[in-house]
Amino acid sequence: MTPLLELHDLTKAFFGVAAVKGVSLHVNAGETLGLIGQNGAGKSTLMNLVGGVVHPDSGRLLLKGNPYHPRTPADAQQSGIAFIHQELNLFTNLTIAENIFISDFPRGGFPGTFNRAKIKQQTRELLNAVGLDIAPETPLDRISPGERQLVEIARALHQDAALIIFDEPTTSLTARETERLFTIMDQLTAQGKGIIYISHILGDVRKLADRIAVMRDGELVALEAADNFPISRMISLMVGRSIEQLYPPRTSAPTNKSLLEVRGVRTAGIVENISFQLKAGEVLGLFGLMGSGRTELARMIFGMDPFDSGSILVEGEPLHKPSPRASIRSKIAFVTENRREEGLLMSIDIANNISLVSLPEFASNLIQMVDQQQMHEAAQETATILQLKSGDIRQQPVKALSGGNQQKVVIAKWLLSRPSIFIMDEPTRGIDVGAKYEIYSIIDQLAANGSGVLIISSELEELTGMCDRILVMSQGEVVGEFDRAAFNRERILSAAFREHNPEQPVSG
Amino acid sequence: MDQGNLTHPWSTTQRLTIEGCTVSTVNDRLSQLQSLTRRKKSHSASSSTATQMIRKLLLSDYFVLYLTLILFMSAAVFFPTLGTPGNIANQLQNMWPLLAVAIGQTFVLILGGIDLSLGATMGFTSVVGAIVMAQNLDPAFFDKSPLWGTLMRPEGGLLAGSALAVPVGVLVMLIVGTSIGFLNGYAITRFKMAPFMVTLVTSTFFAGFALWLTQSRNISGLPEAFIELGKGDIVSVYLGPKLTPDIARRDILQFITYPFVIAVGLAILAQFLLSKTVFGRQMFSIGTNRVTSDISGLPSQSVIIRVYMFSGFCAAVASILYSARLAIGQPSLGGGNLLLDIIGAAVIGGTSLFGGKGSVRGTFFGVAFFVLLLNILNAMRLDPFVIDAVKGGFILLAALVDVTRTRLMNREQRA
Repeated sequence: MTPLLELHDLTKAFFGVAAVKGVSLHVNAGETLGLIGQNGAGKSTLMNLVGGVVHPDSGRLLLKGNPYHPRTPADAQQSGIAFIHQELNLFTNLTIAENIFISDFPRGGFPGTFNRAKIKQQTRELLNAVGLDIAPETPLDRISPGERQLVEIARALHQDAALIIFDEPTTSLTARETERLFTIMDQLTAQGKGIIYISHILGDVRKLADRIAVMRDGELVALEAADNFPISRMISLMVGRSIEQLYPPRTSAPTNKSLLEVRGVRTAGIVENISFQLKAGEVLGLFGLMGSGRTELARMIFGMDPFDSGSILVEGEPLHKPSPRASIRSKIAFVTENRREEGLLMSIDIANNISLVSLPEFASNLIQMVDQQQMHEAAQETATILQLKSGDIRQQPVKALSGGNQQKVVIAKWLLSRPSIFIMDEPTRGIDVGAKYEIYSIIDQLAANGSGVLIISSELEELTGMCDRILVMSQGEVVGEFDRAAFNRERILSAAFREHNPEQPVSG
Repeated sequence: MDQGNLTHPWSTTQRLTIEGCTVSTVNDRLSQLQSLTRRKKSHSASSSTATQMIRKLLLSDYFVLYLTLILFMSAAVFFPTLGTPGNIANQLQNMWPLLAVAIGQTFVLILGGIDLSLGATMGFTSVVGAIVMAQNLDPAFFDKSPLWGTLMRPEGGLLAGSALAVPVGVLVMLIVGTSIGFLNGYAITRFKMAPFMVTLVTSTFFAGFALWLTQSRNISGLPEAFIELGKGDIVSVYLGPKLTPDIARRDILQFITYPFVIAVGLAILAQFLLSKTVFGRQMFSIGTNRVTSDISGLPSQSVIIRVYMFSGFCAAVASILYSARLAIGQPSLGGGNLLLDIIGAAVIGGTSLFGGKGSVRGTFFGVAFFVLLLNILNAMRLDPFVIDAVKGGFILLAALVDVTRTRLMNREQRA
């Protein structure tokens, strides 16, 4: 049988630096190929070669046995290759049907018009195929990220794609949506489609893929049946050395001093009567599915969004008129879930990003002149403590850093303002294994130095690995509380999945 | 090369590449450096010295200055009048008011906004200044003005003849300009309205207001001391024969004038604010990403209001320079294409319309480019109906070169 897609000795260099070095692999029809590697390992470049975004320096591509030279992404699409990205390529202002038919509206009777009834009919069929029961004319901004993902797949089906490439498709999905996506992927392969699945969530890759390809520094370091890859082997192949532990040992325990207290915070329809305390030296996890209100709660605590009733106390003092500025004055730091949009100034140099919060501290005089020397030294010192891997921090823009190092810049920015309370929303999202370990070590150090850290995450492992205590949110309420001694994956998950239920909260 | 330097070889080597030097590595034990050297070699093999020169030119911070000089030298071949000391002195004087107002626009653009009211602010402040200072007003022109008989009388404006007329007049102009800026900033931050909309409204309003107050007439009869602000010189040159007893004023070439000192002083202040103060850094941050800035606790609203106030202040300074030079209060002062020249000069100078990027130095060069362009177009003695089309063509060319330059720079950065 001719493989669906073959890559022969593909090489691509950017300005003399090889991003992909002599990679050969193939994908069969009806097969899922898992593709893993750290950020910067060359996965994206490899997929961009397949998608016609960049062109190889040498090597060749074959599609169903025929030479394949995509010049543009449109070429790739016409050849039957579809991409499902983590940032979706959909128009949120259009309807589902319009999104699916955006590039080829069926013509109507008059020139320049299109056949609405036909679109509706075909869209309904496509949505059925991906298990979505929503009206085709629903605007896209009314459906959840998971449903949007399915719309993207419906579009790929409409374009009659033979090979679908999924790049981190589950990052913004709830657990249930993820399950549904996986079911559909199984159906797609059963229908003879080929799938390339790229993800940092190694367990998923192992579960879904027939074979797994591991990339490191632009090279293919392993390509074998999925059964040959225990998670530990995947990691050691990706990193190039073996990592003994995923989480650093915790070096401290919580004290009795309450740093942050949330008392009865409520906003109708979003969060209901939330109360908890964060102690000095404590790492507190907040687990919940997408839409459980966890991010919204964090935004309220930090003063970004208003709440109807309740109060927030820092070291026993209630915060009046909450705002980010007031929170920062009360020594709260907020590492947001979208570092590109909300945490960093991507095009600006590292030093100015690190000093963003505390810049006025480096200017004491009346005209607010910044002591550049002092500012750079402080930024450099913080960068060094966090082991930031970068060029000259005064020159290099943040966008030139890897995800893990970008996250360190966000943390450095807050560290420089010397906060005692850290709220971290998905602190390790989109970061590779090695960098995750470093971020965890930083969190442990913060707690050891007497700070309180509130981690919000949808990765339960990371919470059980790092936290002293975990709160579980579901539908805007805290439905469970577990101490480290009583961590139990099944019980935490079942609490998170529980539908609204007025009974006593689960606890451990 | 010691170990300390090896941690960040990247940026150094990159800089050397831009400057077109050759990097020689002493220590070949380190694979890191080797790969960089290889990169360097493959690079220079493919590009000759000439293309390297062009690259260097394109990537320079002084690119627009070079562009202006090249344009000047090539145009001077065809139009010898361009290169005469008299013309140069004259063109320099044309630069200063435009520079003052373009600096204000640069600030607003860096913040990610736009100020369409600068022209109207100039016209309105010009009129207000004249109403304070004018020494006589012709009833035939102004008796229908709503201010006739109160602030405007036949014997002049509010402080006609008073020794305080000029200082108060200038102060009032600055305060009015700054206040219009405050209005803009307040509406933008408080009501979360789009800067384009807000400043379009203030522009229409104040342009109309100025026309109404003056019944669309220019106010002449401004005090000598004020006119001196637009014409007075500090260093001038006379290039004629030594023994002439009477030197006609037009033979004296003015180089360092009051407008020069005022505009350059404003530029230095602006550059200082932008690069050395918390305010300047926060402007760039807000212009780059407002959400990140808000979450990081920056006082965004106050910074935005202050930037629009500064912009209005700059317009008032430009208005003072223009009004003094023309010796009139002119309601239509900032009308016509001036607003587009202001934005054009800032953008040619490298300021981004999307915020977060720009410099006073760039705007300075952009203004020089624009003034030279107008000078060349005049020297060409083109049909006045063609002149704008030709000007548009030149600006398009400059913009194309700038796009190429930006692409090249991004590529350098990625590599």
